[in-house]
Amino acid sequence: MIEVEVLGKSFGPVRALDGVSFAAGDGKITGLLGPNGAGKSTALRILSTVLAPDRGRARIGGVDLATSALQARRLFGVLPHSSGLYPQLTARENIEYYGRLQGLPEPLIAQRADALLARLDLGGVADRKAKGFSQGERTKVALARALVHDPQHVMLDEPTNGLDVMATRHLREWLRELRAQGRCVLLSSHVMQEVEALVDELVIIAAGRVTLTGTPAELAQRYPGRTLEEIFVEAVSHAAPAPEAA
Amino acid sequence: MRSPIWTVCAKEILETARDRRTIGSLVVGPLIGPLIFVVLMNVMVTQTLSSAEDRLDVPMLGAERAPNLVAFLLARDIHPLAAPELGSVEAAADAVAAGKRDLVVAIDDRFAEDFGTARAARVTLVFDRSKQRAQGRVERVRGALGAYGQEIGTLRLVAHGVDATLLRPLIVDDLDVSTSAGRSVLLLGTLTYFLLFATLTGGMHLAIDTTAGERERKSLEPLLTLPVRRSSLLLGKMAATIIYMLAALALTLAAYVLVMHRLPLEKLAMTTEFGFRSAVVAFLLLAPIAPLGAALMTVIASFTRTYREAQTYLSFVLIVPTLPVIYAAITNVEPAAKLMWIPSLSQHLLVTTVIKAQPLDPLLVALSAGSTLAFAALLALLAARLYRREAILG
Repeated sequence: MIEVEVLGKSFGPVRALDGVSFAAGDGKITGLLGPNGAGKSTALRILSTVLAPDRGRARIGGVDLATSALQARRLFGVLPHSSGLYPQLTARENIEYYGRLQGLPEPLIAQRADALLARLDLGGVADRKAKGFSQGERTKVALARALVHDPQHVMLDEPTNGLDVMATRHLREWLRELRAQGRCVLLSSHVMQEVEALVDELVIIAAGRVTLTGTPAELAQRYPGRTLEEIFVEAVSHAAPAPEAA
Repeated sequence: MRSPIWTVCAKEILETARDRRTIGSLVVGPLIGPLIFVVLMNVMVTQTLSSAEDRLDVPMLGAERAPNLVAFLLARDIHPLAAPELGSVEAAADAVAAGKRDLVVAIDDRFAEDFGTARAARVTLVFDRSKQRAQGRVERVRGALGAYGQEIGTLRLVAHGVDATLLRPLIVDDLDVSTSAGRSVLLLGTLTYFLLFATLTGGMHLAIDTTAGERERKSLEPLLTLPVRRSSLLLGKMAATIIYMLAALALTLAAYVLVMHRLPLEKLAMTTEFGFRSAVVAFLLLAPIAPLGAALMTVIASFTRTYREAQTYLSFVLIVPTLPVIYAAITNVEPAAKLMWIPSLSQHLLVTTVIKAQPLDPLLVALSAGSTLAFAALLALLAARLYRREAILG
């Protein structure tokens, strides 16, 4: 469970987040949607404890990020916007490094790395240096790295960015698998079509504020005759779309 | 479970070792100093030896007018060289000015008549004082000519029944107390600088990588989401930086030891105690520079946005340790307690002491190491502070 309450964050005069609140439940995929610059990345960076909010609070698995960041970091895994692999390390070494820094015992690290490499079809490149990897391979290794400590919460910043059709399909499969395992999955995107088939909950943000939340089914019911894409476009261009039938 | 500091350190060492470019510069860097040293020494040895021992051919005008003088010079291995194109002193002066000749000896037209009369016979040395490499030969010829004059003068006084010592009321004796090892210092002074330079260069890549490098590869942000304190990450990276610096220092010292054994230093009246034992002592004296350099470089790199920018700034940092060394060379300071707090100067003075084969004062060594390590700790604290800022993400 990820809970965010009236989160605010400014960079100089720019208000990146202006009182954002939402919750992402376990066994669900929650999509954080918004145009570029809406504040998605800032929200995820606060949730991954890289940035501290100016106001508001955030909890992951009930652990307050402001007071117990180190403890909270064991409870989530992050797939950042860019994979950020170490090019001179092999796929396996990249995963093992994060396992060690997560404080896992060596035998468990080896076991987890093997299992993840096999599950993500990375067996062929497991012992090759990351510098020659394709975008798809990089994303897979970064995902395996984020999952090495078997976290209950998984956060992904625009995970489908730069992936081809097949890689995108695979990624969706794994995310559904994570959901089926009862995990709390939070991902950000700026393209509705990419996530509408995947997410259970939508949180649409624009200009640092949440403008619309709900399941895809709820939104379709609330705005009949409109596609999710149309609802999204309206939600980010005017603060909140007026419901047709109140 | 291993400490995260060690995990980070081991990963940085492995990753750097796999980067061919970095390892290349790590190996080449330490060899620059010894290489320059060999070339420099060989030039000096050749010059000095040629002026001190070897046969010296000197163009001589009017050699036929002074057969005894020529014989005297020949006995000192100074051979007259026929130079028919130099007809006169003026022509010789032109040839020297034009750089065609370094030195010409012109025996006066009236030498034969004047010699042995009340008039003094004249010999002219034509040379260019600004031409450094000719000085050794000029001095050698001048000395030989002077000796000839003195010998003739003494013989004449004796022939007149005069005690020659009457003409020398004052005797000046040179008592040079510099040991042959001490004389080596002039040249070996460059050694500390190259050692410092190689040490800092050895860790430069990793110091940059800690902040600017990780940021540029986008690996810093996910790293900071791990349950490890930022100070532990920083310490691990700095430990790896220090290890690479010490490796570069050891490599440079080893290269110097090998080189010194092959150089004919004793021909320059220089001996050096720079063997394995001195190298180990020099390593220990210089080791505190590694943490200081690592911390300083990490602090500076944390302000930069890209690897390239950091590299530019850090090239300037490489000049900083030279300043005290240059100061020491100019002012000729001796190791003293009040100088030991200055990093790089204190190490330079102590390493120089080792090269001179003089005893080290343990107090000075402690002061030097203590002060340098204290500076390192302060800078490391500052680096940790900077690493905690949000701006570290760029």
